[in-house]
Amino acid sequence: MASLPPQFLARLRHICGERFVLVNEQELATYRSDGLLHYREVPAAAVLPATAEEVREVVRACFAERVPWVARGAGTGLSGGALPVADGVLIALSRMRRILEIDLENGRVVVEPGVTNLAISKAVAPTHFYPPDPSSQIVCSIGGNIAENSGGAHCFKYGFTTNYVTGLEVVLSDGTVVELRRDDPGYDLLGAFVGSEGTLGVATRITLRVVPAPETVRTLVAFFTDTGAAGDAVSAIVDAGILPGAIEMMDSLSIEAAEQATGAGYRRDAGAALLIELDGPQERCLTGFEELVALCGEAGALDIRIAQSDEERELIWRTRKAAFASMGRIAPGYYVQDGVIPRTRLAEVLREIDALAGEYDMRVANVFHAGDGNLHPLVCYDSSQEGEAERAEELSGLIMKACVDAGGSITGEHGVGVDKKSYMPSMFSEKDLEAFQRLRCAFDPHGLANPGKVMPTPRLCGEVPGPYREHPLERAGVAERF
Amino acid sequence: MATVTTHAPATFEEAAEALAGAAAEGRRVRIVGAGSKLHWGNPTDAASADLELRTTALNEIVEHNAGDLTATLQAGVSLADAQRTFAEVGQTLALDPPLVAIGSYPPPTIGGVVATGDSGPLRHRYGAPRDLVIGATVALSDGTIASSGGKVIKNVAGYDLAKLFSGSFGTLGLILSVSVRLHPLHDPSATAVGATDHVHTLARAAVALAAFPAELEALDIAWHGGRGGILARCGGREASRRAQRTAERMLELDLEGVDVAEPDEPLWERQRAGQRSPDEALLRVSVPPAQLAAVLLAADAADATVVGRAALGTSYLTLAPKAVADVRRRLPQGATSVVLDAPPGVELDRWGPVGEPALRLMRRVKQRFDPAGICNPGVFVGGI
Ligand SMILES: Cc1cc2nc3c(=O)[nH]c(=O)nc-3n(C[C@H](O)[C@H](O)[C@H](O)COP(=O)(O)OP(=O)(O)OC[C@H]3O[C@@H](n4cnc5c(N)ncnc54)[C@H](O)[C@@H]3O)c2cc1C
Repeated sequence: MASLPPQFLARLRHICGERFVLVNEQELATYRSDGLLHYREVPAAAVLPATAEEVREVVRACFAERVPWVARGAGTGLSGGALPVADGVLIALSRMRRILEIDLENGRVVVEPGVTNLAISKAVAPTHFYPPDPSSQIVCSIGGNIAENSGGAHCFKYGFTTNYVTGLEVVLSDGTVVELRRDDPGYDLLGAFVGSEGTLGVATRITLRVVPAPETVRTLVAFFTDTGAAGDAVSAIVDAGILPGAIEMMDSLSIEAAEQATGAGYRRDAGAALLIELDGPQERCLTGFEELVALCGEAGALDIRIAQSDEERELIWRTRKAAFASMGRIAPGYYVQDGVIPRTRLAEVLREIDALAGEYDMRVANVFHAGDGNLHPLVCYDSSQEGEAERAEELSGLIMKACVDAGGSITGEHGVGVDKKSYMPSMFSEKDLEAFQRLRCAFDPHGLANPGKVMPTPRLCGEVPGPYREHPLERAGVAERF
Repeated sequence: MATVTTHAPATFEEAAEALAGAAAEGRRVRIVGAGSKLHWGNPTDAASADLELRTTALNEIVEHNAGDLTATLQAGVSLADAQRTFAEVGQTLALDPPLVAIGSYPPPTIGGVVATGDSGPLRHRYGAPRDLVIGATVALSDGTIASSGGKVIKNVAGYDLAKLFSGSFGTLGLILSVSVRLHPLHDPSATAVGATDHVHTLARAAVALAAFPAELEALDIAWHGGRGGILARCGGREASRRAQRTAERMLELDLEGVDVAEPDEPLWERQRAGQRSPDEALLRVSVPPAQLAAVLLAADAADATVVGRAALGTSYLTLAPKAVADVRRRLPQGATSVVLDAPPGVELDRWGPVGEPALRLMRRVKQRFDPAGICNPGVFVGGI
């Protein structure tokens, strides 16, 4: 734990109030890690600002002293994105939880960054909802969702966080406040900011699009002998032009773990379960659902259970949502991977993962968003066994590589953070990484915002090379009018 | 006067070398696809470009992964050609800006559509190019070829540079290729239509139908001279039944002449045509959707013709160039408006006002990606 100059700390206290500046190790313990507990770092200080103005003043104070900082939402991130820096300030946004405006006529809400994902859907129910729904939605913050471009079960049909953010107020690392609006003329800096993992600035005010709630929802769970057959069913459904609200797959190991936790009645003898939800207008749901059931049957479903009530639907979902948390019942520890593959390569990549697990003599559970090919292999290990954690990490790396080799990505929704940054070169060339760095340097030339994340090696910005030619319009002062 | 040379590179490397060569000699480059929207953005005089780089020889559909509903297209591929390829297997790139030649304008390339952020009625459901592009490869003025994103529909590794380049008007570099997400073609389609001669009736109907859970493919308005209507398009097997139900809702909303059109393509062709103005000015206006009435009243005062996306608050006004300033004055506070088409030689503020902190940040982005300042200089906001 490093310490910061007393005057600087006094400045932070002046801005946020005595109580909301934490410097002793005990108080800081909560903030050492995000959802990836094996990365730990104690920041020199943590602040809990209450308003956008306080955030701005904190960032300005940091800029003046060139102190690095990390923004933090609810700390549920799974890539070490909110991991503090030892000689820096952690800016926790958990006190900024106000919903500032609900404007259903215009299909939008305006919120502070600490508001939870679920609070937004609740605030606009029952007529509307906010589609991107990470499984952590009860606790994760909308600011964190924006930084990670979070997804969820409903994203295959409805799109990701980036498709729903229409306005942001951002504090840049030099303390400037910029308004980015989706329809404003100019570069799509809003689009560049979403998914930038806290490295381009802090979002302090967020405008989101919300959409009409679907008229009808129908849910089923179908069981198959193995993930290959379940994968065939997914392909048949997508090829038939049906666009389910969600298609989630669980393999036998994750069914086993989740059943132990919920007892919802998933078939334990099945090799795979598919949870499929169709939502939308009545007409579309009714015909689509019949077809769905038929397609699952043709793909060899052992059993299809259709939810007959809201309670039954709830039960089907509870098992899926419990999948991560319940892994603890069958393994003392696990690594969550987040690789993406083209959906048509599903069977092949799952076989490869099985083979790798065999080679390492380790168990890998699979529970994932099947529609968009976003796998969540959970590599189980027991850290009390010498070297097992290291071998699990190695196996995780090979799984990531298998995803990239199949034409996919190392991460579909959890972000790169610190956890996957060393795998970035498997997807991107040095030139690609340099291009990323150009964007970062335009926003944060001194590298103060969440340093050490995303990029595989530390980089400096340097001055802008070459002459920038002023356009005649700028010279003529036309630009002044803008 | 400098002479403009034209070059149509056949490979990514050639394109990157051409840019780097121009940068080394301080020659300004104009990047051109089919040339259908060269008059968009700030007008530049003939002397402002020394080299014209055309993407027309980069015209390969590199991949069409039908099973994954994705494709990779080189920038010079004509959007219409790509759509024909996708349609053969019942798929589409859900991006429908005007495709047919209007006036003297040729049909667009995918690179040009992405670079200008152009879209059509389907934006209602599927978004703009920035929402459909999942990866991009670009050439920068220092000769760099760089890729971002990927070929899968879900991916958060690295910064989303494809969005940054979408709508950048070629001022950051040359888009060499894009990967896109495809959708199933929603055939057949049916459209519920209703008319009115009251601005407020139309505006109310627009808000109500935007919240109607019919999963519309598109929801447009059309307006001219104190009369207009609303069009709600349904797609897929039960399209007609859903359109029928939407039509019933229109009756409750006091619309007249309510009907269901099937087939409906000509109606939508007309809406798209309203997004081009070969002879007059075309102003794209954005407001919160509930402020539609104010836009229509401003349009009436200028005798403008309007088509627009009811649920998105985006309208396209065709009007006399001299009426543009007056319409802008009448728009509600916070509205943004961009002049797209304009007759040659007419002086108009193309981009309207842009907030200073955001503009400064945009200048810094420009400097980092195009430090030599040679890519389409001057055409963009604030003279970027
Ligand atoms: C059980 C479980 C299930 C999960 N399921 C899903 C899922 O289904 N889909 C999914 O996508 N993710 C999932 N996650 C991951 C995680 O919940 C998301 O990434 C979430 O968006 C993180 O939000 P947070 O508020 O916890 O952010 P944090 O973990 O606090 O921070 C995440 C990143 O955001 C940055 N940040 C936070 N706030 C701001 C701000 N205001 N401005 C700028 N940067 C900011 C931080 O610096 C950091 O880089 C899951 C996690 C858990 C533990």
